[in-house]
Amino acid sequence: MTVQIAQRLDARNLSCPMPIVKTAIAIKALVSGELLEVLATDKGSVKDFAAWSRTTGNELVESTSEGPVFRFLLRKK
Amino acid sequence: MDEPLAITLFSGTDDKLQAAAVLTAGAAAVGRPVHIFLQYWGLEAFRKESVTPHDLVLAPEAGEAGLRAVMELAAAGQSSWRETLEQAKAIGQVDIQACSLSMDLLHLTESDLDPLVDGVEGVTAFWLAASEGQVVFI
Repeated sequence: MTVQIAQRLDARNLSCPMPIVKTAIAIKALVSGELLEVLATDKGSVKDFAAWSRTTGNELVESTSEGPVFRFLLRKK
Repeated sequence: MDEPLAITLFSGTDDKLQAAAVLTAGAAAVGRPVHIFLQYWGLEAFRKESVTPHDLVLAPEAGEAGLRAVMELAAAGQSSWRETLEQAKAIGQVDIQACSLSMDLLHLTESDLDPLVDGVEGVTAFWLAASEGQVVFI
């Protein structure tokens, strides 16, 4: 099954809390059910994205990493 | 998670302002309303002429090594505390109020302040706004 990503956000090299702040802004432009992909290098982002997903209700579909880059796939609530 | 957060921002050094801005943006991102009360040097930092780009001033415990570390992060593109607060306002409910006593102390009027400041209030209004949530002193 192909995953349709509606929007991509490059938050690499941004320090905390900017990856989450920019994610909160980007997800506003999506409609419910659409997917947002975020790339980040901030070391706190794995726990931050999990916490942000839990508190805002936007589902964290995938949380992976490749070298220093973390990738998050979020589905808008 | 909409428990409000109140921050009394007393300090005016760039490191403590950055810490306050990061806490504010993080709270705003998870939907918590934030009320910031600017007192003394925290208010001084929000004068229009203080906010403009300037040499970083840090708390004394930073020392020279601390200053170098903070400058490296800034050179790597870290958002300034002012930009971070601006972004926090864009994603959530952030109300920044100047303490009226500190306005008198520093001989300030509202037109002297950066537009990020939403207004002037006394301590009673602050405690009313803070009554339902946590208070952080920086």
